[in-house]
Amino acid sequence: MSTISGQFRHTWTAIRALAILTVVLGIIFPLAITAIGQVAFPAQANGSLVKVDGKVVGSSLIGQSWVDADGNALPEWFQSRPSAAGDGYDGGASSGSNYGPENPDLIQAIKDRQAAISASDGVSVAQIPADAVTASGSGLDPHISPAYALLQVDRVAKARGLDAADVKSLVESKIQGRDLGYLGEPTVNVLQLNIALSTLK
Amino acid sequence: MTANVWLFIAQLATIAVILVLVYRPLGDYMAMVFTSPKNLRVERGFYRLIGVNAASEQSWPAYLRSILAFSAVGILVVYAMQRVQEILPYSLGLPATSEHLSFNTAISFVTNTNWQSYSPDVTLGYTVQFAGLAVQNFVSAAVGIAVAVALVRGFAYKRSGTIGNFWVDMTRSTLRILLPFSVLAAIILLAGGVIQNFSGFQDVSTIAGGSATIPGGPVASQEAIKLLGTNGGGFFNANSAHPFENPTPWTNMVQILLMLVIPFALPRTFGRMVGDNRQGLAIAGTMATLFAVSVSLMTWAELHGAGTAPQLAGAAMEGKEDRFGIIGSTIFGTTSTITSTGAVNSMHDSFTSLGGGMAMLNIMLGELAPGGVGSGLYGILMIAIIAVFVAGLMVGRTPEYLGKKIGAREMKLASLYILATPTLVLAGTALSFAIPAVRSDVTSTSIWNPGLHGFTEVLYAFTSAANNNGSAFAGLTANTPWFNTALGVAMLLGRFLPIVFVLALAGSLAKQDRVPVTNGTLPTHRPQFVVLLLGVIVIVTALTYFPVLALGPLAEGLL
Repeated sequence: MSTISGQFRHTWTAIRALAILTVVLGIIFPLAITAIGQVAFPAQANGSLVKVDGKVVGSSLIGQSWVDADGNALPEWFQSRPSAAGDGYDGGASSGSNYGPENPDLIQAIKDRQAAISASDGVSVAQIPADAVTASGSGLDPHISPAYALLQVDRVAKARGLDAADVKSLVESKIQGRDLGYLGEPTVNVLQLNIALSTLK
Repeated sequence: MTANVWLFIAQLATIAVILVLVYRPLGDYMAMVFTSPKNLRVERGFYRLIGVNAASEQSWPAYLRSILAFSAVGILVVYAMQRVQEILPYSLGLPATSEHLSFNTAISFVTNTNWQSYSPDVTLGYTVQFAGLAVQNFVSAAVGIAVAVALVRGFAYKRSGTIGNFWVDMTRSTLRILLPFSVLAAIILLAGGVIQNFSGFQDVSTIAGGSATIPGGPVASQEAIKLLGTNGGGFFNANSAHPFENPTPWTNMVQILLMLVIPFALPRTFGRMVGDNRQGLAIAGTMATLFAVSVSLMTWAELHGAGTAPQLAGAAMEGKEDRFGIIGSTIFGTTSTITSTGAVNSMHDSFTSLGGGMAMLNIMLGELAPGGVGSGLYGILMIAIIAVFVAGLMVGRTPEYLGKKIGAREMKLASLYILATPTLVLAGTALSFAIPAVRSDVTSTSIWNPGLHGFTEVLYAFTSAANNNGSAFAGLTANTPWFNTALGVAMLLGRFLPIVFVLALAGSLAKQDRVPVTNGTLPTHRPQFVVLLLGVIVIVTALTYFPVLALGPLAEGLL
């Protein structure tokens, strides 16, 4: 009898405790952080949006695909990595491929991607860096490796009728080093590179 | 390769230096939090509202009943919120989730697991995430810390019938530790680019003439406690691989440190509360050694990049983000699995066989190097009891730990503790293939990768669930009635059975007097004890899991 009433008391305490904590941790806390974010870091809190001529064209943190309506790579833009988010770079469905290292579908996909890049960019398969033929964890990777960016210079320059040396120096100016010199890997932000590219004459 | 070795060492050294600097002040602060007789004014008001006398301590059964009542209410609330999602504000037009998914997710967040059978981007609105799930991120972590503190009191108290007051421990963990540090962490993450808004999905036209979707959400507030409370449930499907959750290499380092800081400082709290800081140092040293070995092995495996696909591509970059690279991915992956976090910044399903195997092995070790908040400390103390017993058998000494005799009752409870989760892991995996109807569903619907790797997906799921980790070989489609139910049960029992044994042990230790230290006492603060403890951890895990590991990652990696 005392155990049953004891358990009832525990439960009644638990209900009240959770109700109060939900208000504090579930409502006040996120709203307070939202207020801090909107006042102190509005650019970051709203998604690091990138504007061209006053119009939002994307986020510097969310990768995009550079393909035509049929999904074919547009040669005049630097290409992002392969993506497993939706049909590719779907910001509403972040995802990796989750293919294991021996999965025959992944092995075939890597071969196909290597063949496609080899054909479009006129390079040998051995020159193609790993990130160019593998999908990222999020499917929204905004970056490519400097090696993959430099590999695409000749193709992009030719498609746009630009001097390859100018495009190459543009890419080199967009290479971001490791944070503090030792965290992460050097990268090139594809959206920022392509925006700069579109103003190159 | 040499450059990679130096980059790895530099990052590991950064982690080590920061943890060493924080060890003492944070550990001492937490000891003060749990021993201070004073209540803050806001806490006094809270105790009055919930009808708790903060000055009265509880016996272990009462302490346990409070935890179970609090967790049961939590499960019901999170379940109900998902079932009525469409009428809640900021539902993003998403419908209620199914019964079995709501069951699984409710248990998952209340047990500090954060297993996600669903893809949050397309399943959950904002209200369920911040008012349901994130609240449990705080309080489930607080429950873990409370249980650890109760066990430490078992060692510290003499001839006592009580082990503390759950409501006080939970409240202080939340208000004095988790909440203030989460505010700080959220602000740092905001500065690094993590989003915090209520904008929903935003469609924009790209400069190439296409369109792109930019997601929104109150992410930074959830991200902070996701890591600090070793919860791990992502706001987005891609978790910490998503650039809005983890935008840069330095936020990646911050996230790694957030997962490690409380579990690595709790041994200091333990040493402080039992009145011998060297005891805490021995535990922290054991954790650090195991962590260093484990992270080195996973990093080696991924940099080495064995396997057909990584060799063909030139590196194991499938499922990894360019900004983190391989080293930033393996340090995060090890941290997340060797604590009980289960967050991922790269897809473990796509790791090399041995690298992915290391992630699973970290969980199988019992997540105690340093483990989850609280659960890591009580986990390693249970193994320490077994180590003392083993040493006692070898030299013929009466086993005792910190002046408490390890008798038949204590050994039974410690043995039950180490048997509980492996039983759930192995039984769950076996049943998935043994029940004919389930087997055909598992192999045709759930498993994503063919062959041995597919078996590993199922083994990883039960390992992760029963140990309350929450990471996955995410190719597995777990949103099925079988997996939602079986993994839900595994999470529930994997969380609360060990807690029952820990609290029962705390009760029986607290009752004892302290026996004085003699020549015959095994010193438990010396390096020899660290080696013994490491040996026991490895042997217990190896004996339990070697056969099943041989069927999955070892076979795939070595054949």
